[in-house]
Amino acid sequence: MSATAPADDLDHVDERLLRTSSLKKLLARPELGSVVGAVAVFLFFSIVADSFLRASSLGTVLYAASTIGIMAVPVALLMIGGEFDLSAGVLVTTSALVSSMFSYQMTANVWVGVGVSLLVTLAVGVFNGVLLTRTKLPSFIITLGTFLMLTGLNLGFTKLISGTVSTKSIADMEGFPSARKLFASQLTVGGVDLKVTILWWIGLVALATWILLRTRFGNWIFAVGGGADAARAVGVPVSRTKIGLYAGVAFCAWISGQHLLFSFDVVQSGEGVGNELIYIIAAVIGGCLITGGYGSAIGSAVGAFIFGMTGKGIVYAEWDPDWFKFFLGAMLLLATLLNAWIRKRVEATK
Amino acid sequence: MTTASTTAPTTGTALVELDDVSKYYGNVRALEGVSLEVHAGEITCVLGDNGAGKSTLIKIVAGLHRHDAGTFRIEGEDVSLASPREALDLGIATVYQDLAVVPLMPVWRNFFLGSEPTKGAGPFKRLDVERMRATTRAELLRMGIDLRDVDQPIGTLSGGERQCVAIARAVHFGAKVLVLDEPTAALGVKQSGVVLKYVAAARDQGLGVVLITHNPHHAYLVGDRFVLLKRGLMAAVHTKDSVTLDELTRQMAGGSELEDLRHELERPSAT
Repeated sequence: MSATAPADDLDHVDERLLRTSSLKKLLARPELGSVVGAVAVFLFFSIVADSFLRASSLGTVLYAASTIGIMAVPVALLMIGGEFDLSAGVLVTTSALVSSMFSYQMTANVWVGVGVSLLVTLAVGVFNGVLLTRTKLPSFIITLGTFLMLTGLNLGFTKLISGTVSTKSIADMEGFPSARKLFASQLTVGGVDLKVTILWWIGLVALATWILLRTRFGNWIFAVGGGADAARAVGVPVSRTKIGLYAGVAFCAWISGQHLLFSFDVVQSGEGVGNELIYIIAAVIGGCLITGGYGSAIGSAVGAFIFGMTGKGIVYAEWDPDWFKFFLGAMLLLATLLNAWIRKRVEATK
Repeated sequence: MTTASTTAPTTGTALVELDDVSKYYGNVRALEGVSLEVHAGEITCVLGDNGAGKSTLIKIVAGLHRHDAGTFRIEGEDVSLASPREALDLGIATVYQDLAVVPLMPVWRNFFLGSEPTKGAGPFKRLDVERMRATTRAELLRMGIDLRDVDQPIGTLSGGERQCVAIARAVHFGAKVLVLDEPTAALGVKQSGVVLKYVAAARDQGLGVVLITHNPHHAYLVGDRFVLLKRGLMAAVHTKDSVTLDELTRQMAGGSELEDLRHELERPSAT
């Protein structure tokens, strides 16, 4: 059996490959659609809203983007891994509530509450993941269940403990200033006020990109989303990968929750409902395939940035904020159409 | 050249040996009393119609299901595989018809999936991307596949090429036994030929091969041993020199059942 013989049969494939232009390669990047969209949105609001281009506006837009972006990153990774988490929005509130109420009731240093909150939040994430991998039910159903349960628990427990729907202020408690510094401080760079969440956001995007593209776990994320059976057959720990992804969502929900707590001192227990969809939309606009196996962390950041620009741009343009939803819907449709087209192209010769 | 291989009786322990193996799903008999031997440098073909138990057999060998009765030996050791990982660690690599690869991932990521090499330590432990790319290109070239771009999604390759990449992957990772599930089922004549050449190439490198197929022509081209399954039971066992292609085809096609079918289908005018 000579090794050269089969090459003749496959020669035509090489010729076909050589015709792949660099433009087409660029088009195949998951973030491309979102970058084009972001530029369009930026130009649009630069023209219609005079105050949009001011440096102070940039800080505001970035802050709005970062609060969404911190959660869009793990939600994007989870979506690449082929799953959803509808409980992500209220989990942020749960995390803030646990932290606040534990510190207040135990009159402990707020850092103790922050630690307990991390454990509880991670436990919820792992619960989602374990339930999903054990029962093999769709993640839509599982996390819809935990979403409703958490919504109820948030309100119920807060009323039970505090007597009202919001927590007591913990601003005068020990450790509050240092915790606020980490989760909710403000830095001034070149005359622009930037919230610390922007740093968290950039850090998380960088970390997630590293994990996705340069680690074994990243390779497994793409594999469990793109073909779980194929992945399992070559020895990828599919269940552990998915549980890890849910733990990632929980970890970022913890960061968001602590930001929420330490920027306002008190937490409204009914908050967070509906945000899970915003995170998912940011990830989809950023090029994540809703069916899994394709996408990027940077894309989710661009998606979150589009959210920030649209939300604040409408305010700067002095329009009725109701238009925001329309923009969002249009953006989502366009992004999904583009994604579908890319996938078809990628699998065209299958 | 592929048909020229010898069918001399092999000595020593079989790489994989199934003895009277059965598998039940609830009250469904999926497989009963099936025996099979796979030797190094030989191709054992498992033939059967849809529902004959071919997939069940492959799932037992691949570690996806445990067998319920009988013995399953790998190099003489009794085993009961709990996971595909365990089968891989024992040197059994399985290439599935549909789920051999993850279509949206680049060729090189697919090639190393589940066994990625890393460099660095601690938080800087990372994929050795350069080595992964270079090794993929070199290994595919060694099997005769010349890909210019290992970065393209593997879904852009043809069905035959994808099977070949999966086979090259198994050979690279030192598999002793290669299990192929209908590698030629969805392929045209030319592509099937290419895949069969790689199957023979893997055999020539000393691997034991289990080829699952419902095409007796493909099986007879490369096979040394033939196991025919019918409705979960073993219908016949042959070695290359004890059976002709015509006989194999006749048995495979259902033998007397086909005769009956021919009578049924005959036009009334012809009688």
